[in-house]
Amino acid sequence: MSPTPTAAPAIELIGIDKKFGAVHANKNINLTVAKGSIHGIIGENGAGKSTLMSILYGFYHADAGSIRINGQNTVIQDSQAAISAGIGMVHQHFMLVENFSVLENVILGVEGGALLGRGVSDARSALKRLEADYGLEVDPDAIIEELPVGLQQRVEILKALYRGAEILILDEPTGVLTPAEADHLFKILGVLRDQGKTIVLITHKLREIMAITDTVSVMRRGEMVATRRTTETTVEELAELMVGRRVLLRVEKGPAAPSDVVLSVRNLTVKDGRGVTMVDNVSFDVRAGEVVGIAGVAGNGQSELLEAITGIRKPASGEILIHGKPVTGFDSARLRALGLGHIPEDRHHMGLVLGFEESENSVLGYHRDSRYGRGPLLDLDACREDAKAKIEKYDIRPPNCRLKTANFSGGNQQKIVVAREIERDPALLVVGQPTRGVDIGAIEFIHRRLIAMRDAGKAVLLVSVELDEIRSLSDRILVMFAGRVVGEKTPDTGEQTLGLMMAGIAA
Amino acid sequence: MENLDLISILGSTIRLSIPLIFTALAGLFTERAGVFDIGLEGKMLFSAFAAAVAAFMTGSPWLGLLAGITVSVLISLIHGFASITNRGNQIVSGVAINFLASGLTAVLGQAWFSQGGRTPPLAASARFTEIVFPYAAELRDTGFLGRFYANIISGHNILTYLAFLAVPASWWVLYRTRFGLRLRAVGENPGAVDTAGISVTFLRYRATICAGILCGFAGTYLSIAQSAGFVKDMSAGKGYIALAALIFAKWRPVPVMLACLLFGFLDAFANFMQGKSVPGIGEVPVQIFQALPYVLTCVLLAGFIGVARPPKAGGVPYVKER
Ligand SMILES: Nc1ncnc2c1ncn2[C@@H]1O[C@H](COP(=O)(O)OP(=O)(O)O)[C@@H](O)[C@H]1O
Ligand SMILES: [Mg+2]
Repeated sequence: MSPTPTAAPAIELIGIDKKFGAVHANKNINLTVAKGSIHGIIGENGAGKSTLMSILYGFYHADAGSIRINGQNTVIQDSQAAISAGIGMVHQHFMLVENFSVLENVILGVEGGALLGRGVSDARSALKRLEADYGLEVDPDAIIEELPVGLQQRVEILKALYRGAEILILDEPTGVLTPAEADHLFKILGVLRDQGKTIVLITHKLREIMAITDTVSVMRRGEMVATRRTTETTVEELAELMVGRRVLLRVEKGPAAPSDVVLSVRNLTVKDGRGVTMVDNVSFDVRAGEVVGIAGVAGNGQSELLEAITGIRKPASGEILIHGKPVTGFDSARLRALGLGHIPEDRHHMGLVLGFEESENSVLGYHRDSRYGRGPLLDLDACREDAKAKIEKYDIRPPNCRLKTANFSGGNQQKIVVAREIERDPALLVVGQPTRGVDIGAIEFIHRRLIAMRDAGKAVLLVSVELDEIRSLSDRILVMFAGRVVGEKTPDTGEQTLGLMMAGIAA
Repeated sequence: MENLDLISILGSTIRLSIPLIFTALAGLFTERAGVFDIGLEGKMLFSAFAAAVAAFMTGSPWLGLLAGITVSVLISLIHGFASITNRGNQIVSGVAINFLASGLTAVLGQAWFSQGGRTPPLAASARFTEIVFPYAAELRDTGFLGRFYANIISGHNILTYLAFLAVPASWWVLYRTRFGLRLRAVGENPGAVDTAGISVTFLRYRATICAGILCGFAGTYLSIAQSAGFVKDMSAGKGYIALAALIFAKWRPVPVMLACLLFGFLDAFANFMQGKSVPGIGEVPVQIFQALPYVLTCVLLAGFIGVARPPKAGGVPYVKER
């Protein structure tokens, strides 16, 4: 599928420069993408990938630089201009109206007249054709918020195709997908390319780059540092280009030395808000000095298990013991006092208050501690000193404890949570998806911290949907499927065996 | 006797509901576009004043209406400038408009007419007066249906009928036109509108202009249809009741009308009960009845009508670059 060399490139970005206040998001970027190819853009969080592509889509205005589409100089002052130039974009955070139907979302902006009647029925039949051509089935009358994310993404792709996109930009499309959904998406992208469309795929997952792209560009801190043919590069080289130094893709660790049982879960059953049993009679132990990993496809009860252990959700039955002492039904404050640390699965929802300053998040949950104040008053200086120490130790960037937490990148936000929980020196650390949406430099750092906790004789319970992560960190692996622990394996068990167990096929 | 009471209560229900309907529909347009509109009250008051002044000066109710609408639209544009263009706090801007309206109309009224903030009483020809339908007089005494025809269907001013037309018209605009689709979208996710190549700013301005026009009708109704001149603070909290009706109706046109009629009915009922004694209880302070709309809103919102989910982007200025 090599692109014809004679055709003008689909996209040429020349000298694109963009600042957000003090942040220099794109520094004099040049990029050429051949027609009919899949071009990957990788880079750590905050490298400027989304900004660059949003400029191409007319969402932001570049401070300098020019754009050529199919060899033509093109001024893209807003998204309307981008759409007319045949560009479509699936944003990292979907741009859908959640209480609208699929059809309404698709026609928004291209209604075909001041009244809706005719345009809607035209769109309905056009959508049918697109669905058939590309295998993008979705019920046109379904309401967006009732669709799973995978289908919502499909709607975004349909939106772009309906507007006649010849160039399709996808910003971290697989972040929200299960592996099977991601595979399906890649198949669709392959079909689109074979029909002559040009695809730009932003991701920070190296494996995806290797699997599907023809060419790949690497961004680091606002700069375009390299462009390679995918067949002529390696995962190791790309990782190094991304981070700017050599990275270990697998943590180094010695054998575990497990000792006393710290956490005991006995016949635990947990129901969700609708009364559906999510965790079904689960029992296991976690000892001091070991990492126990729970593998499983998202939604098989891991979240509810974590919530029950950390005191956020009351179990329906069963028992939880810490150091042999029953703690079932304790709230999280009491559990924390007993030495439980919790890095929650979703840092935005549970781990952080995004509107707070970094220093406030850095003591959140422990703010009653005598170190941070007396009586009802907080000692802000003490909080900030403490936050500064953590920033230094965990290399949190930018190193400014007064900055609003929302302004940190995902990886740095996660480090704020990790620093807060680990620095309390808990006997038991419960960790959910520690590196979701985190760039590889920070992944390496967080992994090393978790192993250091283990080596310091702490008990670590790790839940992750990333099988690689589970395999490289855990000393024992429990596989969850449909609310049950369906087996225990050692970390050298093959990916395929674990995958089958996770799918509920083999035990 | 019983029937006569019911008919007269229903008649005044309609009269009291009209400003609520116009105002709540106004709020419907802005709030569905994602701009909170606490300033409905102020816009209504400003337009009541402008309409009364213009009707008095020109002797024409239609020019009064035009003035009422123009002023109300101008105030809407100020709200838009503060909250859309300058991304200010929408509640603060709205509250400021309310204070400004209450103060400025009274001061200007006093300065121009020296009648304690009132405008001079209007002659019937400068007002919107009742339209009597054919045979209304003849049917007035022919049983319940006849009275219903004469007092409920017939005998209102033109603005009343326009208010009831405005309800399906608003529905049609919101749900059957391109403008309506975009307007509803921008109140939920302005990013979706922006990335579809539509200007969020222009769209929201158009929504606030629609609200200005509807509020202009409401204010005009108060001063030159329902009354014969402007009286200080004559909107008397109707803008807030309209907001309550809007929430109550979950931001949908037809339920908005029904909620306004319900609140109008409670108001009419309160007036009717004034000075009358309730069997077994005695005379009930009129304030109890006046509080009913608010109490009802609280009670119903607290559980009986389910979650009233406001437009998701409501109250949040659209900011792309931090
Ligand atoms: N709308 C915005 N306003 C201010 N700063 C922004 C905005 N969008 C991105 N940034 C900043 O620009 C930098 C690049 O961000 P982004 O392009 O989103 O990176 P990536 O997509 O590679 O993770 C980051 O430091 C980010 O905080
Ligand atoms: Mg991004």
